Amino acid sequence: MSVIASDPSADIRGDYLRLTRQKRLYGGLVLAIFLLLMISGFSVAEGRNAGGFISGLPQILDFPAMVFSEAWEKRAQLPGHLVHYVPALLETLNIAAVATILGTGLAMVLSMLSTRGLALWPRAIPLFRRVMDVMRAVPEIVIALVLIFVMGGGPVPAVIAIAFHTGGALGKLFSEVNENADLKPVEGLASVGAGWAQRMWLGVVPQVSPNYFSYALLRFEINIRASAILGFVGAGGIGYELKNTMSWGQGKFDEAAAIFLLLFLTIVAVDQVSGYVRHHLTRQGGH
Amino acid sequence: MSADITAAGTDLRAHADAMFLRKKLAAFALPAVVLAYLAYTFFAFDIAGLAERARIDNARTLLADTWSYKTHVTRDNRSGGMTVAIEGERKGTYPEGTAPDWVSLGEVTRVDLGEGHVVEFLPGNALRYDVPGFGPIEASVSRARGVQINLDEAELPDWISYSSARLNITTEAGRVSLTRNRTEVFRYFPGWELFFFTLDSPYHGVPLSRILFGARVDPERANLAGAFHDFWNNDMWRHRDVAWAICETILMAFLGTFGGAIIALPVAFLAARNFTPLRVVRFAFRRVFDFLRGVDALIWTILLSRAFGPGPMTGALAILLTDTGSFGKMFSEALENVDGKQIEGIRSTGARPLQRYRFGVIPQVVPVLLSQVLYFLESNTRSATIIGAITGGGIGLLLTQAMITQKDWEEVTYYIILVILMVFAMDWLSGWLRRRLIRGGDSGH
Repeated sequence: MSVIASDPSADIRGDYLRLTRQKRLYGGLVLAIFLLLMISGFSVAEGRNAGGFISGLPQILDFPAMVFSEAWEKRAQLPGHLVHYVPALLETLNIAAVATILGTGLAMVLSMLSTRGLALWPRAIPLFRRVMDVMRAVPEIVIALVLIFVMGGGPVPAVIAIAFHTGGALGKLFSEVNENADLKPVEGLASVGAGWAQRMWLGVVPQVSPNYFSYALLRFEINIRASAILGFVGAGGIGYELKNTMSWGQGKFDEAAAIFLLLFLTIVAVDQVSGYVRHHLTRQGGH
Repeated sequence: MSADITAAGTDLRAHADAMFLRKKLAAFALPAVVLAYLAYTFFAFDIAGLAERARIDNARTLLADTWSYKTHVTRDNRSGGMTVAIEGERKGTYPEGTAPDWVSLGEVTRVDLGEGHVVEFLPGNALRYDVPGFGPIEASVSRARGVQINLDEAELPDWISYSSARLNITTEAGRVSLTRNRTEVFRYFPGWELFFFTLDSPYHGVPLSRILFGARVDPERANLAGAFHDFWNNDMWRHRDVAWAICETILMAFLGTFGGAIIALPVAFLAARNFTPLRVVRFAFRRVFDFLRGVDALIWTILLSRAFGPGPMTGALAILLTDTGSFGKMFSEALENVDGKQIEGIRSTGARPLQRYRFGVIPQVVPVLLSQVLYFLESNTRSATIIGAITGGGIGLLLTQAMITQKDWEEVTYYIILVILMVFAMDWLSGWLRRRLIRGGDSGH
């Protein structure tokens, strides 16, 4: 009798231990494979790099030191440089802002076309979702370079490239927001004969606009970085100036330092402000 | 009394009216501000001047090149030598004395452009082009008199451009160009030329079924191995280099993302309120994270490529530094939201601090952190493409190189498609891993 009673509990205990051991083994195995991938990946990357990691490590501060010492020598000119590059910074910010505005507009339309219950053509929902996937997948630099070839350098290719990507990226987030929108206002508007655009603009947008705004602000932050990078490949703005001073090399490092500083301060400032605003927006929204 | 009520009513009504007016104004003010801003940028970006800066002919070559290629039939007007070359490239040149079947070499070389268009290279540096519905165009070039044509100069149609230095005829079938130095005929074909095999490979033009099942094309090698070797080492499309470049880009994203996460995880404890009571330490580490994020991948890339030179490791380190900042911030926020009861429970069993972290904290936060990290993996694949274009590594570099030459647009198209497929694949992979790992991690709850 006692033998029968003790057996199942011993079984459970053994089962549990076996399960734990198995789980640990799998966890350890995954970790080991992951570490192996990291180490071998790093050595492959190092092998294909122009300079090695260990040999480059001591030099890592050489360049910042060079830039800093030159900027320090000519520190009297630094405020002048800062003012000088403000228009270029403004252009970079304008590119990011216009691209964010256009991209947000595009994303609003696309997201509504691909949300169940709101879509104008419900059958085309998968199509618009795929369209947004593709728009998200294309890196900005690809479109920017192609458009620079056709339109010549300048801010417009960068705006189009960033807006295109933003449309896809925000569209996905917006359609998630739309799923939670209350459909009653939309039905109410439909009952009084409102068209699709009117239903969306008056029925959906007021509900979701705080979330839209919060996401768009986050995107604006990302787009400033993207716009600076695109400037580096020829789309104008502060990235272009940075490229020029960098390819000039020694003698213009004080200007490079001014650009670094401007870019850094801008990114941090926008980051802080948008973080603050977004925090308040989402709290107001009752979350 | 009733006067009071009506007074209160009108008051309320006025109040409501004012509120509606305010709301209406606000509803119109925001779009108006946006429109005014867009109008300002319209002038700041000089959109009106765009039309004259835009190069429509560039767009046309780009579009034509992405889906078609041209074969050049060229006569050197000094030596009289004939060459037939795909895209005019050395690697696409037909061996001496051979030509595709629409070109018949001889005393009079006859080029059939299709749809009745025939161009003949006549002796004495002369040329005859039979355009259906227009009649033959005859032209010749000589050292003394330049290019001569049999048509009345005043009545040339707009698809013929003529001067004594050069004659250009562009029809829907192809293009003919005649100068003192050379006579050239271009015929356009849809598709990407020599995508699988270059002309010097024995497998060029051999149907797939024969490569798979037929007798040996090249007696030296087995069909499949030989065909793969020739495809992989294709000089024109460089499939091997492209595959390596994609691997490099993915490697940059992988190393950068996970390296950043590994560094950020322990440091995030120092920036979390509930694990680091010392305000100064917390503040310092938060500022470090802000700094790493604020400097931005572009500047990190420039700084690092000075020390390590161009290559995938530099790109990986740039992503790693930026992501350490982002992850540090996100992880410390996640750590501040952990449930203290689990840690207390572990503590009650007499666990040391490290054990408390391992069994009380890590199981709670790992699913959240992992999902954030995997989200970054996909977006970093795109960043790695861009960083590669700056620092010189991966598919980004190939893309910019192909664009700078401004002629291999079919290669640019190929790379763009590969980049999109790569991002899709990483997106899918990160989604799959997220579902697998997080479900696995959730099984205990």
